[in-house]
Formats: sequence, structure tokens, C-alpha cells
Amino acid sequence: MDELIMLRYGELSTKGKNKRDFINLLGCNVKHALKKFSNLTYDIKYDHIYIHLNGEKYDDVSKRLLDVSGIYSFSKVYRLPIDLDVLKQEALKLALAENKKTFKVHTKRPNKSFPIHSEEINRLIAGEILRNSDYKVDVHNPELMINITVREDYIYLFTDETLAAGGYPLGSGGKSLMMLSGGIDSPVAAYLMMKRGIKIECIHFASPPYTNEAVITKIKDLLKKLTAYQKEIKLFIVPFTKLQEEIYHHVNISYAITIMRRMMYRIASRVAGKRKDLVIANGESLGQVASQTLKSISVIEKVSTLPVIRPLAIFDKVDIIKIARKIDTYDISIRPYEDCCTIFEVKNPTTAPNEEKAIEYEQLFDFEKLIDDCVNNLEVLTITDEDEDDLL
Amino acid sequence: MIYFDNAATTLVDESVLKSFEDALKLYFANPSSLHHEGLKALEMENKARKLIAKCFNDENFDVIFTSGATEANNLAIKGIAYRYKKNGKHLITSKIEHPSVREVFHHLEQEGFTVSYLDVDEHGHYKLDELEKLLNDDTILVSLMLVNNETGAVQDLKKVREILKKYPKVKFHSDVTQAYGKIDFDYSILDLISFSGHKIHSFKQSGALLKKKNILIEPEILGGGQQDNLRSGTNDVPREIALAKAVRLAKENQKDNYEHALSLKKHLVAGLKDIEGVEVNSGDDDSPFIVSVYVPKKGSVVAESLSNKGIYVSTKSACSSKKEMSSYVLEAYGKNDKIAQNSIRISFDRENTLSEVDEFLRVLKQILIEIK
Repeated sequence: MDELIMLRYGELSTKGKNKRDFINLLGCNVKHALKKFSNLTYDIKYDHIYIHLNGEKYDDVSKRLLDVSGIYSFSKVYRLPIDLDVLKQEALKLALAENKKTFKVHTKRPNKSFPIHSEEINRLIAGEILRNSDYKVDVHNPELMINITVREDYIYLFTDETLAAGGYPLGSGGKSLMMLSGGIDSPVAAYLMMKRGIKIECIHFASPPYTNEAVITKIKDLLKKLTAYQKEIKLFIVPFTKLQEEIYHHVNISYAITIMRRMMYRIASRVAGKRKDLVIANGESLGQVASQTLKSISVIEKVSTLPVIRPLAIFDKVDIIKIARKIDTYDISIRPYEDCCTIFEVKNPTTAPNEEKAIEYEQLFDFEKLIDDCVNNLEVLTITDEDEDDLL
Repeated sequence: MIYFDNAATTLVDESVLKSFEDALKLYFANPSSLHHEGLKALEMENKARKLIAKCFNDENFDVIFTSGATEANNLAIKGIAYRYKKNGKHLITSKIEHPSVREVFHHLEQEGFTVSYLDVDEHGHYKLDELEKLLNDDTILVSLMLVNNETGAVQDLKKVREILKKYPKVKFHSDVTQAYGKIDFDYSILDLISFSGHKIHSFKQSGALLKKKNILIEPEILGGGQQDNLRSGTNDVPREIALAKAVRLAKENQKDNYEHALSLKKHLVAGLKDIEGVEVNSGDDDSPFIVSVYVPKKGSVVAESLSNKGIYVSTKSACSSKKEMSSYVLEAYGKNDKIAQNSIRISFDRENTLSEVDEFLRVLKQILIEIK
């Protein structure tokens, strides 16, 4: 008898002729997530992915599977030869190992050449358990489900089903450029994008010496956490100091943030275009700060040449924090370093900017050239899930 | 030279030394500094932490670098006792712990804590049915070593963890100094872990306390707030790198080293059967790296004679009074005074060979005849 994990696909099943590509992609992603378990072997089928444990611990492996998007659920399954006596014996063993009182047997028989019908198998297995234990049958609310699937080559036996992350396999939805500040929200937004199958690259605006290099370390640490979902993440660091200084020099202070955000979207659009990213994404949540009111967003987003996705738009902060804790980015995000949005104090930023006014302010200085400088002088880093260092 | 005292300390590994030397130049900056060089050192330090946590089977362990297992034991035991004393003042340890655990508990007794010392059976195994009786609603800490430093007795801490499941208030600490890198064990079941670097081919004055993130402790050393305020003092990044590397190597080589030590132990135990009056205190299931042997002459004199012939083993012989000469570990086994006072410890390493064991047996036999 072999012990396996059976993965079920979620929304994938609705994807018609692309399904094969999706499954292959998911297979690669699963293998990557589980690569530290060197004994595992894989069977990638049209209906399920089977992972042979070969002695690896189910609990450890299943914990990692929860991070892989595109899996609807999974179960620990026992693979048996097509032999009714073996099935009886193993089903009984499984029932006795669980400390429960009521059960139900549910059989599926895709292999129609197997001579015994599903109902009959249910009766035979239930009878075996009833005769050899204190279990009682409860067809409505059983504490223990004994699931049996009779396929061409094997019989599969399992009890429960663990719900996984859902979503789509990473990479199936194209690539996005994620604006990352280092706060609590943007890593969560990045995670939700990846969960939906969309790969991310990140852009960060740095204003040294007003911002500390420690912020970059923080960003790198955050991305390191996110490599649990995408093994390699590119980070573009924009040298934003000069442009930001010019904004504060020329623009009415109440509009400084609005203009700064518009510049960021312009730069992000240019970088995304060069990188062939299809959308810009960020961690904005409606109403959270002055630049995230509907009015602000509409004036700011006008300058973007790409669609902007805001996975957290309607999330409450407490719910965002819950996810941040789940993906273990929260403790990094709350490290007290300033980002470029907080360095110049703006006492009364406008929450209802006017587009014409914004354009007026922008005509006071030659921002196009400053944007060129930003885009042409990006620092590019690649964050990977590898932690190796020659010294270690 | 035949060095059979590897439970006392080990030779520094060449590649660990190389990493240390390189790191002295590359990462000399203070990791608390916010400038570029400081951040570089900090990044390296965090990599070292992560690697160590990973080697102990759980990335959820916080790693607090210390001057060794002694400091780690002090920090863990006092740290928990002081932090959670409002929840209870009863602590449990055993009768065979290393002095760096034992003395801390003696100290806490003077401060008003109640300490129970768990007995062991004749094989040196904790009496777990007794543990269940000792536990009560006032208990906040159980500290039990994984492998005994004098006899190599391996404890069933997995069973202890199961017993503790009924007592969610109790924190579970273990000093695994003689276990890590030597025997197979799932360290993730522990709440706090102490270990030392110099027993796994890194440096003296280097070790760590690992603790699960949700567990709080009171610091001992106050100051600049380094290491999450739990152990102030400028961090020694090169030493931490060396420790992390030694931890990784110990884990990677564990299986091979275990097999090697087991063959040495089997050879030794078989050979000792042919020497009259000698008794092996360690059992077959104990760690193969440590073998405690009763010699039918004065233990300290046997060790001295071996030393004169270039063979180095350990005893409890340095002190003059009868009481201090005796091994409290072997006494706890129920061994008589003769055995508790006249046993030597042979402890192996990957570099030791079967022919060294043969030479040891030959010399020991001769010495036992010569000594009056």
C-alpha cells in the first residue's frame, strides 16, 4: 500500500482547452514548493496530481501545499491494488485508527469493468467495519467519511479533504508590476495577486538620503517571504530623490502628495511598458490616507497608461493585517523606517484634488526629464528563495 | 595522540575557521548600525539565524546567540521562571542534568521557586510515570536534557511532549548540547533549545538559545537592546556565521557520523568484555558518541596513566573530597559509590578510528595490571 497526496483542481476545471497547460504549470509550481522533500515523486494526471510520499511526513508536506495557488483541496490517500479483500482490510484499519463513533462509506467507480457496483462496495466495506468495531453508520452526519475510488489500475482510499488556497496556478494570468512601499498593505496585495495566478515584479521608490538604506533591507526581507509563492521576484528601485525635491520646491504643499503619486504612476507605467507587464498593482485601500480617497485616486490614476489593480481596495485594515500575519510579513512591515511618502511633512494634504490644478502645478517644472532619469537609472535586484552564502 | 574526549570539546573544523576568517574582514561592521556596512552584516546575521532555525526543523524558532550552552540554559530557565512566575512557581528538571542547568534550578529554589528533580531508572531513562505525578497546575517549566553528557543516555522527549499536552501552561526546554548533530531527533517539538558550538566543531564562547516565537522570556543581560532586547551586547557576526556553518555541517554529516561512532562503540564495548573487572555503564541504545566505563582501579589514576600515554579521556577527578569525586549522574542510576567514583568517559568523533580503539584497549589492559 502506498501513501499519496491527491490534489484537486479548483476553477481550473472550467478552463476548457487551456486546462492541460494549467495543469502542467501547477505541476511545476507544486514541485517547486515541495523541492526540499527529496523523496517525493509525482504523477500529474488530467483529473488530479498524485504525490507519492515515499516516507516523507504528510503533515510537513501538506503545510507547504497550502501556499500553492491553483489547488482547490487535497487529501491523504492510500493506493491499493484492485483487490476487495485488501480494500476491506485497509478500510477497517483506517477506521480503527480514527477515534470516532459514526461513519459512512462513499464509493465512486470510474472503472466500469470492475464487476461490483458502488452501492455493493459501500455495503461490503460498511459491513466489515460494523462487524469489527463499535462504529455505527450515520449517512447524514457521519464523523468519519470513508471515500473509495475504483480506477483502472488502483483503488484509492481516503477520509477527509483539506481546503487549500484556491485561485489559479502562478504564471497562468500573466505578469504585473507591483508598487511596494514597505508597509503592511502592499505585500498582502502582492500575495493576493499571486494567489490569483499573476506573477509579480516590484517597483520601489527610494529617496536617499531622506530614506534609509534599511528600508531596502526591509523590502528585500518582505520579498523573501513572498518567494514562498513565486521563487524569483525582480525588484526595481527608482532613484526618486531629485524628482521628489523638485515637487516640494515647485508645488503647493497641499498638492505635493497628489503630484508625487502621479509621478509614481507615470514612472511605473514606463517601467511596466518596458517589462511587458500587463497591469500595475498596489496595496491601496479606499479611504486609508489622503491619496486613497476616490477623488484622489481618480485624479492620480489618470496619468497611468495601464490598468491599475487594487486587490485591497475594499478591505478593512484589520482584515489586511490578518492576511499579513498569515503570510508572515506583518512583523517586517512594522519595522519603523521611513519611506518616501513620509519624509516630507505635509500637514494638510488635499483629499479632493482637482485635475486641472494638478496639471497646472506640474507645468511649473520639467518633470519629463526627471522621469527619464528615474527610468534610466533603475537599480535592479533579484530576490530568490535561495539563502545560500559561501560563508554559511 | 588519541583524543577520546570529544564530549568535552571538539577541534574547530577547517571550513568553519575559513568562514570565520573571511567574515572577520567582510562583515566587521556592527549589525545594529544603519549604514551600508552595518546592514550588510545584519543581513548576513539573519541568514545565519534562518539557517540555524531550519537545521532545527522549524523556521519558527527565534535564534538568540549566546556565549554557549551555559548562558543559553541560564537565559532559558531563569527567563521563563521570571517571565511566567505569575502563572505558577513550580519547575521540573531531572537528577542527571548538566551543572549549567542544575545550578540554575538550585539558585531558583533559593528565590522561592519549588523545583522537582525527576528520577531516572537503572538505564538512566526518565521515569515518565513519575513525571505525570509531579506535574500540577502550578508547573510552568519542564527542563530535561536530550542526551546525557556523562553516559550518553538518550531520553524519549517525544513522550514527554505528549504528557505535557495536557498542561498547556508548561514550557518545555531541553539542553541538546550532546545530541545535536549526533542523533536523529525532531527538535520542532520543543519550546526552547540550548546548544553549544564547540561540541560541533565551532568555537568556544559560541552557542544559542532557540525559542518558539510565541514564548516570552525575561532577559538576563541588559543594555543596547540587541537580539530583540533578549541579550544585549554587540553581536559577533563572524562567530555567528561560524556557528551557523557548523550547525549545517553537523546536520548534513549526522547520519554518517552516527554510523561511524556506532561502529567504534560496538568495537570498544566488545573489547572491554575481555578486560577483567571493567563494566560498561552506558547501554546499547545510548548515544554511540559517549561511553561511560567503570574501571576497577581509582578512576582518576587510570585517566592520568592514559594521559601519560597520549590517550585522553574524562573523569570526575579534579577535586579532592570524596563527595565531589563522585558522579551524581551515575548515583541517580542507582550505581554504588565504587562505580560512581571510578568511571571514565570515552567520547568519540568522526576523526577517531577503530585502530585507536584497539590501541586504547591494549593500553587500558596494561595500565589496569600495573596500577596498584
